[in-house]
Amino acid sequence: MATYLARRLSMMLLTLSLVAVTVFVLVRLVPGDSASLMLGEAGSLEQLAILRARWGLDQPWPIQFLYWIKGLLSGDFGVSTRTGEPVLALILARFQVSAVIVLAAMTIAVLVAVPVGLYAAWKQNSWADLAVVSVATLLLSIPSFWLGLLLLVVFGLKLSWLPILGYVGFGEDFSRALSFVILPVATLALIEIGVLVRMARASAIEVLRLEYVTHARAKGMPEWRVLAFHVFPNAFAPTLTLIGLILGNLLGGIAVLETVFTLPGMGRLLVESIFARDYPVVQGCLLLTGVIFVLINLIVDMLYPIFDPRVARA
Amino acid sequence: MKLNLIIGLLIVLLLGGAALIGAAWTPYHPMQLDMLNRLAPPSFGHWLGTDEFGRDVLSRLMAGATTSIAIAVTTVLMAVSAGMIIGLVSGSVRGWTDRGLMAVTDALLAFPGILLALALIVILGAGRTGIILALSLAYLPAVIRIVRSAVLSIREKEYVEASQVIGNSQAYTMFVHILPNCLAPISVMATSMFGWVILAESALSFLGLGVAPPAPTWGNMLSASQPYFERALWLSLAPGACIALALLATNLIGDALRDRFDPRRLQA
Repeated sequence: MATYLARRLSMMLLTLSLVAVTVFVLVRLVPGDSASLMLGEAGSLEQLAILRARWGLDQPWPIQFLYWIKGLLSGDFGVSTRTGEPVLALILARFQVSAVIVLAAMTIAVLVAVPVGLYAAWKQNSWADLAVVSVATLLLSIPSFWLGLLLLVVFGLKLSWLPILGYVGFGEDFSRALSFVILPVATLALIEIGVLVRMARASAIEVLRLEYVTHARAKGMPEWRVLAFHVFPNAFAPTLTLIGLILGNLLGGIAVLETVFTLPGMGRLLVESIFARDYPVVQGCLLLTGVIFVLINLIVDMLYPIFDPRVARA
Repeated sequence: MKLNLIIGLLIVLLLGGAALIGAAWTPYHPMQLDMLNRLAPPSFGHWLGTDEFGRDVLSRLMAGATTSIAIAVTTVLMAVSAGMIIGLVSGSVRGWTDRGLMAVTDALLAFPGILLALALIVILGAGRTGIILALSLAYLPAVIRIVRSAVLSIREKEYVEASQVIGNSQAYTMFVHILPNCLAPISVMATSMFGWVILAESALSFLGLGVAPPAPTWGNMLSASQPYFERALWLSLAPGACIALALLATNLIGDALRDRFDPRRLQA
C-alpha cells in the first residue's frame, strides 16, 4: 500500500508540472501580450516597455515560467488586467459557487444512480431494466443548457416556484441561496444520473456473473446481503473512476450552465475574462481546473483500493 | 438489442437528411428578415414559427444542421486520422518518441476536453475554422491513447511477429497488419466523439465563442432564444431538441457498436 501511494504521489507531481507547463504555453500562444492589451491603441512604446519590464514580459519564456511558478508557490497568481484585483482571490470567490453546485449534483446523482443501476442489473432484461436503461440514455443525451432552460421555464415561469435570475451567497441568506441553486443542481444531477446508472448497471452485470456470487447464493445467503456485500463493492470501483472523470468534465463545462442560470461561478468568470482579454484570470482558471482535475483523480486512485484491494498489491 | 441501432440510424437519417437538403434548399432563406412577422408561433406558413427578426425557424434549423454536422464530421475525421497515425507510430516505434508523445498527451488529458477547446479557441479565434481546429486538438489526445493501447496489445500477436519474421518492413506491418485490427475500438470512439463534438460546438456557440450570428447553428439559435422564452418557447424547444436527438443517436449507435465489438459485453 505504501509503495502504491508513493508511486501515485510522484506521478501526480509529474502531471502537475505538465499541467503548469501546458497552461503557461497555451496562454503565451495567445496573440498579443497583457501589456499591449491593457494599454490598447493609446499606449506609447515607452509605456509598453515599462509595463513589459514590470511584468517580466521582456524576459525569455523559460525565465518567465520560473518567475510564474515562484509566484504561484507563494500564492501570487498575478492581478486581473480588468479590475486590478489579485487573481487568486477573484477565482476562489467564484469557485465556491461552482463547487457547491457540482458537488451537490454529483452527490445526489451517485445516491440515486448506484442503487437504481444495481437494481436494473439484478432484474436484467426485464421491463424494469429496459425502462431504466431507456430513461438513462435519454437523460444523458440532453444538453445541460437546454434542460436548464426547460426547467427554468416550467418551475420559474409557469409555476413561479423558484426565482429565474440572480444569486445570493449561502452565508448571507441560506434559504434564498438554496432557491437559486436548486434548478442548476437538479439539471446536472439528472444528466449525471443518466451517465452513472448505465455504468453502475454494466459493472454490476459483470459482477453478478462471477462465481463468488453464485457461491454466496448457494450457501443460502439472503439476496440483499449478496447484493450489498458482494456485488455492490465490486461494481462500485469502476463507477468511482467514472465519477472522477465526470467531476472534472462538469467543472470544465459548467460555464454554459452558469450562463443559463446567471450564476457568478468560475465558468462564467472564465468566459467573461476571455471576452475581456483578461489573460491572467484565464490562466488562473485553467490552472486551477487542471490542478483540481489531477487532485480528483488522485483521490479516486486513493479510494480505489478500498473497493478493490488488488490494485494496491500490483 | 437491435432496436438501439434502428432508432439511432433513423435519427441519423432524419438529421442527416435535413442537413443535406438544408445545404441546397430551405423553405425560406435562413437569414431573410421579416419584421412584420416577428416571433410568430408555428403555423402553415412557418412550421416551426419565426424568431425575433421574423426569420423562419425551420429554415434556420436546417441550415444550422448543415453547419453543425459539417463541423462535427470534419473535426472527427481530423482528430481520428491524426490520432491514428500518431498512436500507431507511438505504439509501434516505442522508445523516446513514444515517451515524448505520451508526456504531451498526458499533459493535455489532464484538462477536461471542453476546457481545452475553450483555451484553444482563445488562441485560434472563434468561428468555423477555429472551432474545428480547437475541438480536433482537444479530443486528439484521447484518440492517441486509445489507438496506442490497441497497438500495444496487437503488436504482441503472433501474426505481427510472423510478418516481421518474413521480412516485411515496419511500415508495412504497421499499416497492413496492426492498423486494421485497431479499427473496432476506433469506430466506437469516433461515434462517441461525434456526439461530444456536436455538444461542445453547440456549447461554445451558446457561449458566443463559436460560429457568429447571423449564420445559424443549433447552439447560437438556442442562445439567441433565451430572452424570448416567455413569449416564444418554440424558439428554445426546436434547436435544443435537435442537439438532444443528435446526442441520442450517437449514444444509441455507440452502444450497438460496443455490443458488436466487445463480445464480453454481449454475453452479459
